[in-house]
Amino acid sequence: MAKFFAITILVIAILSAIPILRHTWWMAEDISTHGAPIDEQMSETMAEAGISFLASQFILAFFIWKFSNPRPGEKIKNFPGGAKAMVWAAVLLVGTEVLALGVFGAKAWANVYFTPPSSSAMPVQVQSGQFAFYFRYPGPDGKFAPIHPELISESTQNFYGLDTNNDPDAKDDIVTAEMAIPVNREIHLLMHSKDVGHSFFVPELRVQQDFVPGLDLSLHFTATKVGRYEIVCTQLCGLGHYNMKAYLSVLSQQDFDDWMKKEAAMQ
Amino acid sequence: MATTVHEPPKIDAGRDSTRLPGNGNSRNLVPADGKLPAVRDYSPPPASTGIWVVLASIGMSFLAFTSALVVRKAALDWQHLTLPPILYLNTLVLIASSFALEVARRRIGAFMRRRESQVASPTRWLYMALFLGLLFVAGQYGAWLQLRSQGLYLSTNPNSSFFYVLTAIHALHVLGGLTGLARVVYRLNKSILRKSTLDATAYYWHFMDGLWLYLLVLLWMKL
Amino acid sequence: MHDASAHNQVAHHAPPTSFIRKHVFSLDHKVIGKQYYGLALVAVLVGMALSWLMRIHLGWTNFAIPGLHLLSKNGAPGNVMTPEFYLQLMTMHATIMVFFVLTTAPFAAFGNYFLPIQVGAEDMPFPHFNMMSFWVTFVAFLVLVSSFFVGQGPTLGGWTQYAPLSALGEVTGPGQGSGVVLWAISIAMFCVGQLLGSLNFITTTLDMRTRGMSLWRLPLSSWSWFITSCMGLTAFAVLMPACILLILDHVAGTSFFAPGGSVINDQVQPHSGGSTLLWQHLFWFFGHPEVYIAIVPGMGIVSHVLVTNMRKPMLSHRVLVYSFGALAVLSYMVYGHHMFVSGMNPVSSLAFSFPTLIITIPSTVIVLIWLGSLYGAKLRINAASLFSLGFISMFIAGGVSGFFLAQPSTDIMLHATYFVVGHFHMVMGVAAMFGIFAGTYFWFPKMFGRMMNETLGRIHFWFSFVGAYAIFMPFHYLGMAGNVRRYQAFTPDYMQPLVPLHQFITIAALVTGVAQLVFLYNLFHSRFWGKPASDNPWQATSLEWSTPTTPPPHNNFGDKLPEVYHDPYQYGVESSLGDYVMQASPEQVKTVHDEA
Ligand code: HEM
Ligand SMILES: [Cu+2]
Ligand SMILES: [Cu+2]
Repeated sequence: MAKFFAITILVIAILSAIPILRHTWWMAEDISTHGAPIDEQMSETMAEAGISFLASQFILAFFIWKFSNPRPGEKIKNFPGGAKAMVWAAVLLVGTEVLALGVFGAKAWANVYFTPPSSSAMPVQVQSGQFAFYFRYPGPDGKFAPIHPELISESTQNFYGLDTNNDPDAKDDIVTAEMAIPVNREIHLLMHSKDVGHSFFVPELRVQQDFVPGLDLSLHFTATKVGRYEIVCTQLCGLGHYNMKAYLSVLSQQDFDDWMKKEAAMQ
Repeated sequence: MATTVHEPPKIDAGRDSTRLPGNGNSRNLVPADGKLPAVRDYSPPPASTGIWVVLASIGMSFLAFTSALVVRKAALDWQHLTLPPILYLNTLVLIASSFALEVARRRIGAFMRRRESQVASPTRWLYMALFLGLLFVAGQYGAWLQLRSQGLYLSTNPNSSFFYVLTAIHALHVLGGLTGLARVVYRLNKSILRKSTLDATAYYWHFMDGLWLYLLVLLWMKL
Repeated sequence: MHDASAHNQVAHHAPPTSFIRKHVFSLDHKVIGKQYYGLALVAVLVGMALSWLMRIHLGWTNFAIPGLHLLSKNGAPGNVMTPEFYLQLMTMHATIMVFFVLTTAPFAAFGNYFLPIQVGAEDMPFPHFNMMSFWVTFVAFLVLVSSFFVGQGPTLGGWTQYAPLSALGEVTGPGQGSGVVLWAISIAMFCVGQLLGSLNFITTTLDMRTRGMSLWRLPLSSWSWFITSCMGLTAFAVLMPACILLILDHVAGTSFFAPGGSVINDQVQPHSGGSTLLWQHLFWFFGHPEVYIAIVPGMGIVSHVLVTNMRKPMLSHRVLVYSFGALAVLSYMVYGHHMFVSGMNPVSSLAFSFPTLIITIPSTVIVLIWLGSLYGAKLRINAASLFSLGFISMFIAGGVSGFFLAQPSTDIMLHATYFVVGHFHMVMGVAAMFGIFAGTYFWFPKMFGRMMNETLGRIHFWFSFVGAYAIFMPFHYLGMAGNVRRYQAFTPDYMQPLVPLHQFITIAALVTGVAQLVFLYNLFHSRFWGKPASDNPWQATSLEWSTPTTPPPHNNFGDKLPEVYHDPYQYGVESSLGDYVMQASPEQVKTVHDEA
């Protein structure tokens, strides 16, 4: 029984590790400029966590195998080194692990969050609402017209509550349901929610950021690969949460300009 | 109204070190292997530990309210309201009530330790504390009426919301303390009061005092 | 002056005679403990049934589940689950599991039953509070379940109830009106119940120990209950105010959590200035300690069971206790790790990341002490010890995934994905459930005077152990692939290929769930027809095995409270009984070496 159990633990531990080692299910390919340290951090953590996992499961299995079903009259033995050894092992092993992860992880994080967007970054606004994202480009004047919540109306498709009748800034704003950005150009994403909490997650871009009602937040990133990706909502926002998504097209500058013209014409 | 206590209340020796151990709530006397350095041979009655536990958790929940208030104060829609003046009167009443209770507690304590054979009217002081406590709650109600007459309701603005919530929850706790006081009076009259119960009730009552002063400052303060 | 009144300090109630006082409104901590266990059992069956419904739906979205419409007026037309009904089931599943199973069973149920006995007391010091604690919790459960049948059904906001989804009312979705209010009332009541319980646990530990029972002689299970009650005292005291404020946002029109300018259905909502992050801070200040409230009693129980079955003491009793304590203290400093991407200041994210990484040190110490103690043991294999060893395996598996979530940088990829769901189900859900099972197989003989069936116990264990890995390990893979949690169907293109893995998980969950019926059968069958148990069937040392009868009499120890002469786990000694000496036995034995 005990030996069988020990083997089960071993088999489960190994089986659990295989898909991870083979990357059967894994993160999508990184298309951002800031993602590399995150991926590296992920692999490093995976290595350390994986080794800890396998080693401790193996030890557990081995001890169960070895120390169960004792012969009658057998005496108990004490672990050489005792508790002290264990505490030291934990403090040293995990301590250095934690320190390393903490320090490098902090760097990767700082990389994303502590650097301001460059002044040439292209501003794009995103508004989340139940259950769709809407994007806004400032148009030729480079200015986002102010938002009037009381004017927001789904039926007239005034998703942003723009006062297009009186506000000249609002006239050239371009509101879209799909996000398009030029490749290799830094984007400054200005985020706000019109109702409840949502989140902006693009796995390929290595960004995830919540929308917090009442707070204006922002992200900045640069996509390096042309393609069509998905933006999904990761913050429970109501019954349509599972279906709250939008496409992100990363286009060449030429394609992007064409797209922009087409969208502007449709406003 | 009883002016003297004729029968000695059942004595609870409390921290009296002459008490023999082994009563079901004692700590280790002599470790079999003589290893443990210091051993105490009695433990306090549960009420005297329990009261600190209770106060800790009440304190904790008011800290939670406080942090909510501080966060909310930072928002733009905060309008500072002037506290109804009756509150200052209420404060005095509550302090007086604590004072009365403290007098009662000392007298009963002296009696229980058999320092004095007769105690002058401890119940009178207890009733006084009770009455003043009730008066405080009524006064708080008066404060709410004052606010209402100014058109400040629970949902009017964040400051009034916090005012009603904090004072109401404090008043509920005070009412709980009043029940405790009533129980003390009842037990004293039946001569089954324990010192630890009296002490616990008194600590609770004084804590309500301190808490009220704290809330008053918190509500009065502009950030 | 040996006076009787001191003895009165101990809740000194005569055995009750009427049925109601004996079994319903009982003051006896043992009855209350069993009531808590019963409540947890009902709750876990409900919670598990809900998880089946969810799992079936996640594997086969259009599958008609016979009878589903009975649970909800509008949630299941043609017995196919609607999106909102999925979320409602999910919220109920989580709330029931976290509060009414994982807090009640290992802590309130076993703690109530065994803490007073293990410290050598007749009862808890405030039996009326104790009784109230259970009944308030019971009513809280009824209130929660009643939300299925009120208005638009239960809330769909998840067990975390993030504002403003939770604060704006029915406009944000079905169940967000009356459902949230009932949820918040239920949880506030639950907090009251657990605060009353914690009061009793703390005073029992500090004041009710019998002669000779110094703090260091408390068994590890008692230590874990004591430490947990200290956490509960502070955590629940914070959640309750948060719930009160949430209720007021609904019923009184205040704006504590509801921000201004929210537009729903083209209507600007009548609130202003509320802080949504405030809710998150208050909730997680409770929420993180709560997961330790769920797991620390399990650790204590598992240690207690393991020591007995290893026939040797832990490498160090004290280091384990200190580590439990360190977990408790640190658990208050890490809560922000749930909010890395929630718009909190990115510097705070780092500030919360370090303590989170540091908390892995006491966890590792605990695991290493367990492993090191296994070395040289004379390990007995039985259902209780199997579940304890399974607990260790699960705790390791769930613990290492914590490394990823503790770092804001990697959390960017994993936050709100199934990786998180896998992590907390293993480390908190399954591990704590294994702790409950271990405790049940171990203490059942004492609680009911009968043995549980060992073969059925082992069958139960195998299915549960393999099943739990089969269900929850793949959750991590899903998360790595970016599968977002709280989705009722996987409509984004990149999630489509993951559906077969979901189907595999569903099958595993159903099989594992059916295996739990073996446990249920074992429980009920053994209760009435099990082999009669002796007073100390496991040759254990702590005081619960020294009671004059089994189950213990009304006042636990009969006429005379025990006196304690030994450290809690004196195994591997030579005594007249064999390789152990009981705490209450005055026999002098050669003790194995324990560090000073
Ligand atoms: C019977 C085995 C169980 C299965 C198959 C199961 C399955 C699930 C599933 C499918 C979800 C929904 C994931 C999502 O949509 O994001 C979930 C959520 C959850 N479960 Fe379980 N679960 C089980 C046991 C437990 C236990 C024992 C606990 C106790 C901790 C638990 C606590 C939770 C919590 C807290 C959530 C999160 C819900 C939320 O996001 O608000 N589950 N579970
Ligand atoms: Cu969403
Ligand atoms: Cu946490």
